[in-house]
Amino acid sequence: MATQQRRNRMPVKVMIPTPLRPYAGKRDSAEFKAATVGEALTHLTTQFTDLRKHLFTEDGKLRSFVNVYVNDEDIRYLASENTPTKDGDTISIIPSIAGGCR
Amino acid sequence: MADETTLWISHHLAEKIREHGAETYPHECCGALLGRDSSLVAGTNYDAQAASREILSLFPLINRRDDSPRNRFSLTADDVRDAEKAASAQGLEVVGWYHSHPDHPARPSEYDRDHAWPWYSYIIVSVQHGAPQDMTSWRLNDDRREFSHEGIEIRHRAAV
Repeated sequence: MATQQRRNRMPVKVMIPTPLRPYAGKRDSAEFKAATVGEALTHLTTQFTDLRKHLFTEDGKLRSFVNVYVNDEDIRYLASENTPTKDGDTISIIPSIAGGCR
Repeated sequence: MADETTLWISHHLAEKIREHGAETYPHECCGALLGRDSSLVAGTNYDAQAASREILSLFPLINRRDDSPRNRFSLTADDVRDAEKAASAQGLEVVGWYHSHPDHPARPSEYDRDHAWPWYSYIIVSVQHGAPQDMTSWRLNDDRREFSHEGIEIRHRAAV
């Protein structure tokens, strides 16, 4: 798997949601070479380290209210962060909004 | 607080949020705040305190929490995308979210904080016995540990 991923690293676009743009140099998207969604997100949070705590918990898991889509598919219904990406894919980070009084 | 951020809203839209809270009582209401924020303008440094933010339109949504709508609200990713589409159709951005606290003060709960995103303004309207009371706005701090209070300034003119 690891070898295959190394071979298949292709450019993908990551769309950055509005509330996170201030932590990503105001950019609305960034491009990385990656073989999986996880790899692309690692590149993103390595380039923009301030984004990390808003996307991942302290033990490195994606926060539950962070939705990640590859093109129009929720990665929860694919292979989560191991979802393979191909040339030209768009990864979107969509906030889940929730709250309540107690 | 000297370093408090400020959110501008028209009297008309502020009343709309309060009315939405009264309508859905005893359940929580929720919706998106559409507007402009100067920090998104390219070429300026990000400084939340220096940025100016104004709400110019609302996008009321349906609370998806059927199981405990009196003390919780949630929106789906599709709701969020719909709100973003509505904003961009008006040349605006989603700059925050509003919800009501039925029979609770207009203060963010631990649950609110845990689910919050930075940068967004979170307006909370307290609705006591069906009547809207205090309305406050909050922003999550960069370290995610707490909310900072945000001032609400009512503009006494129609929204642009």
